[in-house]
Amino acid sequence: MAVSGHTNGHAKKKDPVLVVVQLSGGNDFMNTVIPFTEGAYYDARPLVHVAKKDQLPFTDTLAFHPAAAPLRDMYLAGDVAIIQGIGYENSSRSHFRAMDIWHTCEPLKIATEGWLAKVVREIDPQGSNPLTAVSFGRGLPRALAAPGVTATSVDNLDNYGLLNSIQTAEQRQEDLSFFKRMYTPAIGTGMVLDYLAHTGNGVLAGADMLKEAPRLYTSSVQYPDCAIGKSLRDVVRVHTANLGTRIFYTQHGGYDYHAQENPSHFRLLSELTQSLRAFMQDLREHNASDNVTVLVFTEFGRRMKDNGSGTDHGSGGGAFLIGDRIQGGLYSEYPSVKPADWLNGEDLRHTFDFRGVYGTLLEQWLGLDPTEIVGGTYEQLRPFKTAAGA
Amino acid sequence: MADERLALMAHLLRRAGFGTSREELEAYAARPYEEVVEELVNPERIPDLDESVLRRYYPHLGANQDNPNSWNGRWVWRMVNSKRPLEEKMALFWHHVLATGWTKSEHTPTMIEHVEMLRRDGLGNFRKILVELSKDPAMIYWLDNNENHAKSINENYGREILELFSMGIGNYSETDIKNVARAFTGWTFEQPIPLYPYGHYASKFVFKPEDHDNSEKTFLGNTGKFNGEDIVDIICRQPATARFVSRHLYNFFVADEAQVPAWSVQEPRDPEAIATLSKAFLDSDADIRSVMRVLFNSDFFKAAQFQRVKCPIELVAGVIKLAGTHRGVDPGLVAFDGATRVMGQTLMDPPTVEGWHTGKEWIDGGTLTERVNFAVSQVSDVKKPGPQSIIRRLADYGRPLGPEELVDTVLDLAGPLQVQPETRQALVELAARDGELRFGSDDERQKSEERVGRLLRLTVASREYQFA
Repeated sequence: MAVSGHTNGHAKKKDPVLVVVQLSGGNDFMNTVIPFTEGAYYDARPLVHVAKKDQLPFTDTLAFHPAAAPLRDMYLAGDVAIIQGIGYENSSRSHFRAMDIWHTCEPLKIATEGWLAKVVREIDPQGSNPLTAVSFGRGLPRALAAPGVTATSVDNLDNYGLLNSIQTAEQRQEDLSFFKRMYTPAIGTGMVLDYLAHTGNGVLAGADMLKEAPRLYTSSVQYPDCAIGKSLRDVVRVHTANLGTRIFYTQHGGYDYHAQENPSHFRLLSELTQSLRAFMQDLREHNASDNVTVLVFTEFGRRMKDNGSGTDHGSGGGAFLIGDRIQGGLYSEYPSVKPADWLNGEDLRHTFDFRGVYGTLLEQWLGLDPTEIVGGTYEQLRPFKTAAGA
Repeated sequence: MADERLALMAHLLRRAGFGTSREELEAYAARPYEEVVEELVNPERIPDLDESVLRRYYPHLGANQDNPNSWNGRWVWRMVNSKRPLEEKMALFWHHVLATGWTKSEHTPTMIEHVEMLRRDGLGNFRKILVELSKDPAMIYWLDNNENHAKSINENYGREILELFSMGIGNYSETDIKNVARAFTGWTFEQPIPLYPYGHYASKFVFKPEDHDNSEKTFLGNTGKFNGEDIVDIICRQPATARFVSRHLYNFFVADEAQVPAWSVQEPRDPEAIATLSKAFLDSDADIRSVMRVLFNSDFFKAAQFQRVKCPIELVAGVIKLAGTHRGVDPGLVAFDGATRVMGQTLMDPPTVEGWHTGKEWIDGGTLTERVNFAVSQVSDVKKPGPQSIIRRLADYGRPLGPEELVDTVLDLAGPLQVQPETRQALVELAARDGELRFGSDDERQKSEERVGRLLRLTVASREYQFA
């Protein structure tokens, strides 16, 4: 018996969906996936290391941070690809420049088009569905911004809609029709005015569709009480409402550990990995997991040596791909932690270009040609069980 | 329709403040423009607000200062009511640029003192501002300078004072960053008073000589046993600093610019304007009051009407002024903190040290919804003083008003607001459905009030209303 949305051999193949989780501030990859047999790790970080007794080993040389136990469970179940040593040449140590580079794939110049906005343009060239990309949380990430592309940003899914304060339904409908007229100008009234028009129309079109989503959703899964848990639950609510959303974006902030790294990292990794586990459970409970892949990324890794309480901005980060279609395991190489190999005498040297990760997802998951979107051809990984998308 | 003099004064008071009521606007416009600018840039000539009454209605403000929401509500009240609006606007400007936030410390009294410092010194010398910022406990904790030790530097503050607070990326080296960090070692705060039983107290700056690296440092080609003040001195002499601060001032007070990370590679929107402001900065030895005087009196400023997207707090304060409420100590100020929050701006809590992204980045589907919904909810009730004043002026015409005249007058009285032909046409069509506006009988009057209220709420829902 086919449940709504369930794929069996005969059902129409479901469109692949990408969920991006941005860890803002520069997650410390080396303290997330710990090279625990390396003396250099302990030598460089006399204070900011994870004590051996607390580590959660999963290979002969690598251990997860103790707060990442849910991630280890998912890894052992074969659902997590760890991509080690991600970066790009001449890594920017500025948070803001580094995030820009990740969002636009332009390390050498300032670009205005986000990589995921270009994906939206490929998937829905006419802009017929304002919910092709949905971002949860405040503000649209630059990855989803490009002229003429609609991406919906939702802060509060339970109360989403325009002119809700107008008392009578009839007047509200009338006012909405005037609103639509005021936001449908002749083209070319000015870039920002055009953008506003586009946004206003997107809101109108998306709002009526989105407001149904919370009503349709029930679940037995408990999420941890935190912002990233709430956002990932919202992803499931919209995904399971079958509104045609292909790209979801969420953010988890606070990873900039110049100080007090040990307690903060513990809290954040707990929130993150518990939320991700709940998210996957929730998707599975709804038979909605088989067409979802999650990318967890951050703008850079941190410096080898601690500064006595935290770590400063570095390079050589790491990312995770999670989902039912993921062939779990380790991908690319862990950056060498030996002092002789440090970049600038203090940084981890990246081993894999981030655009190759995007290329992998674009070509092998979403079935798109990545060349234009990431600005070139980059080595890809093979993290999927079977080719999907195309 | 609106005369140019009135429109220009409205522009000045939207930028140098948070808009005006119509009555205030007309009083200002009766005076010479330069004289008003001079009054704005010298706020100490005008008496400050008396907050004592406010404190009676909002006990949090007087006793326990741990509640950031009521303190932000009080800031909105100041924005709406202060007779020295540029003082509040400068505090908001520096809050955008020299960003530090509540989220990390969760320590409200220290954030309050931070904002008070921005208000007190905002029109002063940039050197003073940077030194006070470097001694500010909120900033010290936010960028970990309390963890910046002589024997083990923490370069967080050293990096951001250069990248985001003064010079901008590309004007210094990684070695400069480390040397700046060394110069600020030992700049920390004293052990705070315990939280219990009386709640948080503001923290105090303290210099610890034993934790200061007093050895020689090289910074931007200068060498010496520099401390933080020496570093700020060198920073403030740099043309890069003059340009960076000028570009921020332009972005906030004149017209939307590209976002900060683009500045090292993207030319300013108006290079001549930046050159003019930079010259004023360097000629006055970094005196912000002098730069602001040049800015407001410039042609590029006067020509930049409706060239920037309002930030959420400007939208909120402007709509409250239009509604004519909260001139006294009405309850409900605290709610405004939540209103700006859902539009993407929590006062005393910018999202990162980069501050808020401005311009059209304020607006996406979610935040546009919140902006429109808030503005509409504030002006919908025609019994509020602002709508009543507009209705009174329409009634004072003493003759029926046709749809076009009605719409043009509402747009004038609500701004004056410039709108696109499509927007005006939509409003005129709405107005035309019920014919002329008349105030003869009680019945006509009631119907007319409803019609004006509806035009007003669609006006504030328009695209154009998002701009200042």
